[in-house]
This record gives sequence, structure tokens and C-alpha cells, in this order.
Amino acid sequence: MKRGIAGTLESNDIMITVKESDTLKVTLNSIVYDFFHTRIEKVIYDTLAELGVDKVDVVCEDKGALDCTIKARLITAIHRMEGER
Amino acid sequence: MKNSLNRFVPDGYKPFVGSDEYKKQERRLIKEKKTSKGFTELKDVSDLFDKLNITDGMTLSFHHHLRNGDFVLNMVAEEIKRRNLKNIKLAPSSIFPNNKILVELIENGNVTDIYTDYVNGPVAQAISEGKLKGTCVMHTHGGRPQAIESGDLHIDVAILGVPVVDKEGNGSGVYGKSACGSLGYAESDLRYADKVVFVTDTFVDVCEKPQLDGKYVDFVLKVPAIGDPAGIVSGTTKITKDPVGLKIARNAAQLLDELGMIKDGLSMQTGAGGTSLAVAYYVKKRMVERGIKGSFASGGITGYFTDMLEEGLFDELFDVQCFDLKAVESIKKNATHHAMSGSKYANAFDDNVVDKLDFVILGATEIDLDFNVNVTTDSHGKIMGGSGGHSDTAHGAKVTVITTNLVKSRLPIIKEQVTTVTTPGEDVDVLVTERGIAINPRRTDLLEKVKNSKLPIYKIQDLLKIAYEITGEPLKTEKSDIPVGVVVYRDGTVIDTVFKTKQVTK
Repeated sequence: MKRGIAGTLESNDIMITVKESDTLKVTLNSIVYDFFHTRIEKVIYDTLAELGVDKVDVVCEDKGALDCTIKARLITAIHRMEGER
Repeated sequence: MKNSLNRFVPDGYKPFVGSDEYKKQERRLIKEKKTSKGFTELKDVSDLFDKLNITDGMTLSFHHHLRNGDFVLNMVAEEIKRRNLKNIKLAPSSIFPNNKILVELIENGNVTDIYTDYVNGPVAQAISEGKLKGTCVMHTHGGRPQAIESGDLHIDVAILGVPVVDKEGNGSGVYGKSACGSLGYAESDLRYADKVVFVTDTFVDVCEKPQLDGKYVDFVLKVPAIGDPAGIVSGTTKITKDPVGLKIARNAAQLLDELGMIKDGLSMQTGAGGTSLAVAYYVKKRMVERGIKGSFASGGITGYFTDMLEEGLFDELFDVQCFDLKAVESIKKNATHHAMSGSKYANAFDDNVVDKLDFVILGATEIDLDFNVNVTTDSHGKIMGGSGGHSDTAHGAKVTVITTNLVKSRLPIIKEQVTTVTTPGEDVDVLVTERGIAINPRRTDLLEKVKNSKLPIYKIQDLLKIAYEITGEPLKTEKSDIPVGVVVYRDGTVIDTVFKTKQVTK
């Protein structure tokens, strides 16, 4: 199964793991879940839509990353899964 | 009931009114404990419990000078557990992660109430989860001596780790294999507990310049080691290398300069954190360049300040607690590096050092639009610290500067309202972040002095907006309504309540 990982578990970063899947599934673990989960989920869904990806399993371990970081990590993880540079 | 900051106060506690209210009260002093000539030596910890007749419901006190290397509190906790004593009240001046055995005692009802100035790690977690049957009463470093000397916090037995004890029972922290430096937080316990036990690992014939007077000591227990030196003091405390921390420090020092605080005779205190020490570095640079000599620095002392003392930049250091090995070395050899008690440090009713401070550099977990500061809980309301000397120094110093990142791990440090008030906004003057500085509008005198400054000075509301532009606006969260602790201000009133945390992390 194809898989891509980007990011780290350092403070202010997010580690995103994406796997090929028949459905769209997003799992979010975040140290700021209570305060920002709606925004983080929106960034993830919006970014997937921009990339044209509608079937994928996304697992996020968030350590307080900003939206720009979340987006960058997700794009990289998807590209890695797809085998692009 | 609500206090003047509109914070909940549980029944049975006096509500906080204002930071100057203590001036309307007289100092209350109970009689000092009976003195004795000579002490009885104990065989072991079991003998200690037998001879002192330690039973259910008693209050036992400790100091935290052995910090995360302390064996004394844990040794006593093991014995409470072995004897299955119930409803014991513990009054350690702080609790660290290595005291995790207390979690079990809390769960079993061996320990039901805790009085402390600071608690983090597993014990803080257990308290936040509501496991303590009674209440966690969180004092300040100056409030604790006041509570003890007034009898508000009655101590049955003080069990104090002391690095060296001499033949007359005099104690010192600066010698021995477990040397930790000043023993300032033990002094009120020594004088006002019903009974006092020293626990030591080193006897000497005569102790030079003992900090703890042997006449108050009833018993001494010798053990193989009172602590693990690696956990007692950090090797060295260093200035931050983080460019954000350095920028904050540079701006803080520049601001202090523009406020006219860097002048002959200055007195200051900073925490031991990397950014606080960087402020000291930039202040020192100006002192050296201009040949300025300060009068004193105080607090928990680090090697950075002992260097400044030895370079002639301060006349004296007043030290309640040594943070690193260099500070321990210095207090041993430098006659102008004085040990002081917690009461002389920060007790509002004593002739204290904090009242003589020109400026203090402090941190914050949260600060709100009214400049109230939280260093007690995180933004979920979970306990992760406590005032220590935060609210004492903030009240005493002429200028109180909070240095912090504007955003930490996506959380804006500025809130509309802090989760928990530790230090009231009336005592907090300046906030310095990497994105800008805010000055408390109450301090029109300070605002006047920097009205032509090139520093990035904003209203705190505008700094909050800048934070939100970076992070987004956080969702509102609900507190539970089950109190687990009270934050007691230095005058004995309750400034805020800590509530049980909900299961928050998903």
C-alpha cells in the first residue's frame, strides 16, 4: 500500500501520515484540539480538495502547527505517497 | 462568592480584594516553638513516626530545596503508605515530578489535603483530575511563611532535609554531598512547627554560619542520602540561544533603559529561564559600558548573578534558593552573597526584599487584557505550576515585566481572560513579546516616559489581534464546576479557584 509521511513531533509542527484508501478518513490528534480542531480540519479538507484527492486515509499528530505548516506538511505527504519529488 | 476580579471563591475562604489590602492588617504571629538544648537522634524513618507519634490527620511540612532530587518527602510518603495512615495533610513548599509516589497516597486517601506554592508533574495531574479528597491550597512563596507564622497553616511536624547538621543541631545547605545552597523556604517551618526533625546524610562537628538554628530542632535522622545531586541543582543555567527569546530580551532591556531603570544602585530579579537570563545579559552589557553598579539582585540565584557579583556589578545578592552549582559555590565563598528566609524574601508582613526591587522579569503561561497573569494552570485549566514568588515580586517591584512569546504551539499567550489568575493585573506593568510590547494603561507614568520610543509599543488588545492573525481565534472552552484547589494570594485571600479538568485530549 502506498504511504507518505511528512513533518515531525516537535512543538509547532505536525506529523501527517497519508495512506491509499477507498474512502476519505481524517484522524486528528492535537494538543490544541479543543481550541482549533475546526480550523485544522478545514485546512486539511480544503487542501485535499485543492489537490484533487478525495479518497485517502489521513492521520495527523499535531503539536500546535500553524495553518501554513499543516498545509505544507499535507501537500508533501500526499506527494510522497504518490511517489513524486 | 466572587472576588473583586469576578473569580469564584469557595465557601470558607476570604475573597481577594486588592494587592494593597494587606496594609490594612496587622502582622499576626503565633508563639515560636519551644526551644531545646540538644536533639534526639532517630534510628530510621519508622522510629521517626513512632517517636513523634505521627497519626491520622496530622499536617507534615517539607521544603523543596532538594528539588527534583529530593528523597525526604518520598521517604516519609513510603512510611505513610506502609502504615496506611489516613487524612494526612502535606505542606511541602513545592512538589516536583519525582514526588509521583504521592499520587498513590492521594488515590488511597492517605493524603487528603495539600498546601504548596508550586506543583507540577504527576501529582499536579492527579489533583487536576479531582483525586484529592480535600483541597489543594496554593500559596505564594511569601504567603506560605505568612500562613505559617500566623497559625493559619498549623504544622504538626516539619521534616526538613538538611545537607549538614552539627553537634548542636545547627543546619546548613552549603556543605556536604547533597549541598543545595540556601535553605530559605525551611525557616518558617523551623520556627513555628510543633516539632522539627532534620533529615541529613552528613554530620559535622561544627557548622560555619549555619542558616538553620539548632535550638529549634527536636530530632535528627541520619540516612545514607537525602537526595540525588543530579536532581538537586542544575549543572548550569544558560542564556537562551533561541533568536525569538533573544529578541524579546533585547527589547525588554531596551525598554528598561528607556524607562530609566538602568542606573546606579539598581536592584533586580529574574527567573532562571533562558529568556530571563538573556534580559540580565543585555542589562549587564549596559551596566558594564556605563560603569553602573547595582545594589542587589535577589530570588532564586543562578551562576549568572554570582558572576555579576564577583565582577562588582552588584553590592549584594539575597538568595532564598540556589538554582545551580555555581550559586552554591558562591554562597559558600562570597560574604556578600546572603542566604535569606522565605519570609525575608517575600512575606508582605515582614521587612522583605521584594518591596525594595526596582524591576523584576517574570514569565507567563497566559496574560489577559486586564494584565492578569496565569502561571498556575495551562489553558485547559490543568495545574502545571503555581505562583512561587511570581505575585510577591510583581507586587514588590517598581516595574514588573513579563517576557513571553506571543504564541506558543499555536496558543496565543494573550487571552481575553486568563484561565486562572495567579497575579493580579494591577501589579503587572509591561508585557514584552517578539511582536511587540504592551504597557498597562494604569501606568501612565511609564507610558509618558516612552511616548517617543522607537520600540514597537501597542495596546494589549492590538497584540491580541496580531496573535489571532497568526493562529486564528481559539474556540471557547467550558470549565467544570468542581473545585479542586484554591489560588491563595500573599495576604491569605483567594484570588482564583482551580477546577477539575474535563477529559480534554482527543
